[in-house]
Amino acid sequence: MVFKPVSSPHRHGALSTARVMQWVLLALIPGIAVLTWQFGWGTLINIAIATVTALLCEAAALSLRGRPVGFYLRDYSAAVTALLLAVALPPLAPWWLVVIATASAVLIAKQVYGGLGYNPFNPAMVGYVVVLISFPLQMSSWPTPLGLLSDASQPSLGPSLAAVATGTGIDGWSGATPLDLFKHGVNGQLVSDFVAAQPLFSQALLAGLGWEWVNLAFLAGGVLLLAKGIFTWHAPVAMLGSLALMALLFWDGGSSHSGGSLLLHLFSGATMLGAFFIITDPVSSAVSTRGRLIYGALIGVLIYLIRVWGNYPDGVAFAVLLGNFAAPFIDNYTLPRSYGHSRARRATEQSK
Amino acid sequence: MQEFAIILVSAMLINNYVLVQFLGLCPFMGVSTKLESAIGMSAATTFVLTLTAMASWIVDVWVLQPLDLTYLRTIAFILVIAAVVQFTKMFIEKTSPLLYRVLGVFLPLITTNCAVLGVALQNSGRELGFMPSTLYGFGAGAGFSLVLIFFSAMRERLAVADVPQPFRGAAIAMVTAGLMSLAFMGFGGLV
Repeated sequence: MVFKPVSSPHRHGALSTARVMQWVLLALIPGIAVLTWQFGWGTLINIAIATVTALLCEAAALSLRGRPVGFYLRDYSAAVTALLLAVALPPLAPWWLVVIATASAVLIAKQVYGGLGYNPFNPAMVGYVVVLISFPLQMSSWPTPLGLLSDASQPSLGPSLAAVATGTGIDGWSGATPLDLFKHGVNGQLVSDFVAAQPLFSQALLAGLGWEWVNLAFLAGGVLLLAKGIFTWHAPVAMLGSLALMALLFWDGGSSHSGGSLLLHLFSGATMLGAFFIITDPVSSAVSTRGRLIYGALIGVLIYLIRVWGNYPDGVAFAVLLGNFAAPFIDNYTLPRSYGHSRARRATEQSK
Repeated sequence: MQEFAIILVSAMLINNYVLVQFLGLCPFMGVSTKLESAIGMSAATTFVLTLTAMASWIVDVWVLQPLDLTYLRTIAFILVIAAVVQFTKMFIEKTSPLLYRVLGVFLPLITTNCAVLGVALQNSGRELGFMPSTLYGFGAGAGFSLVLIFFSAMRERLAVADVPQPFRGAAIAMVTAGLMSLAFMGFGGLV
């Protein structure tokens, strides 16, 4: 009889990659539900197109490399990329836009680097930035929140599908996002006058009709993931904190040159999606605890810079890519000290 | 003061010589495999860029323009750059023989770094004063350093990635540089 000693830990919850990805998918559901409630069928159509494209691209790349296709598809990472991209892209975007964005995300940002675990940039954000730079017109036309439309004029599933398939959009049903409106509209007016004149702001509770609910839903999903221990609090808290700090520092009480209030920055655009679903990507972010604090804070500052002084109304995607770019460098200088050593040292260094 | 800050940010980020204007790509690809050598290269290039921006301004405004010889700009600037690089090379050889060995052939190659000539020519085209020209040179150097150092940290990580065979080495570095260039487009309009 062979006696096999088993070392501790004796009980453990198997948190496999697939399980983590399933939790992320689950946590996205509130956000997707609210997007559908506020902006119609577009998001669900985006999700369908993006998921199919992502799975096809992933399968094609894996079979080209001679890797087991089924094994890698079952880790759900392609599905998560597709879903994150689908909620970031404007609902009712032409179908080819979603296909191009997803294909660049999965093929260029992920598979060219060797697949999951090696991508230095967040795939979803690479896909988003590729189409944002290539097709600025299509990317800047978000649908008007359903709350501003009369019941009769709310598009049903049929016209929505037709709009996506032909790429023409629906007449009179696209408008500026709150950040877009604020950036280009507020010049020369007091913020309070501007807010009162725009139904997108005056009918809202916090920061823009529709968008505040979307952000709250993503916040709820993020808190669920945080409670399940899928990621640590450092990066999201640092990002939201530095963004809030920048918004407070440059908020001048609502003059005509205002950079936008704290609430507008926290609950509008892709802030919460970015904070809890994008920058927490364990592959492309910094690794150590201190590193994640720096990484998150850097992204928060960059988001504010690009939103307020840059060309683009929302800067989350660019800021995340720039943060990803800085992450290996941050890691290099925030190595944690290992037990038994007086200072941090790299694994390749000779011990003295 | 604000004008100087704008020049610095503009040269560093918005018109980054490597990722936005695609100048100086050879050292960017060649010396970015190791973080330590990238830091040394960045310091040397920033030094050369600042010094050549000053020297080329002096040559341009005090010699070429009074003598009506501005059509000789390119040649004159190349001469200035070569002299400054030679000086830097001798300086590093004496002060840090180790860095000198690490940088190797890339040190004299700063002469042919298109970013250096680019800064000198663009400065004379913009007709800036002495201080702004110098700052532009320094900003260009700082932007080059920032990008090169971050890129080399990233390449150290890519060296152990399971990259498909056809994309190994320079190819994946080019793809990464392209993605970084995309990210830098976010800085557009900042100033």
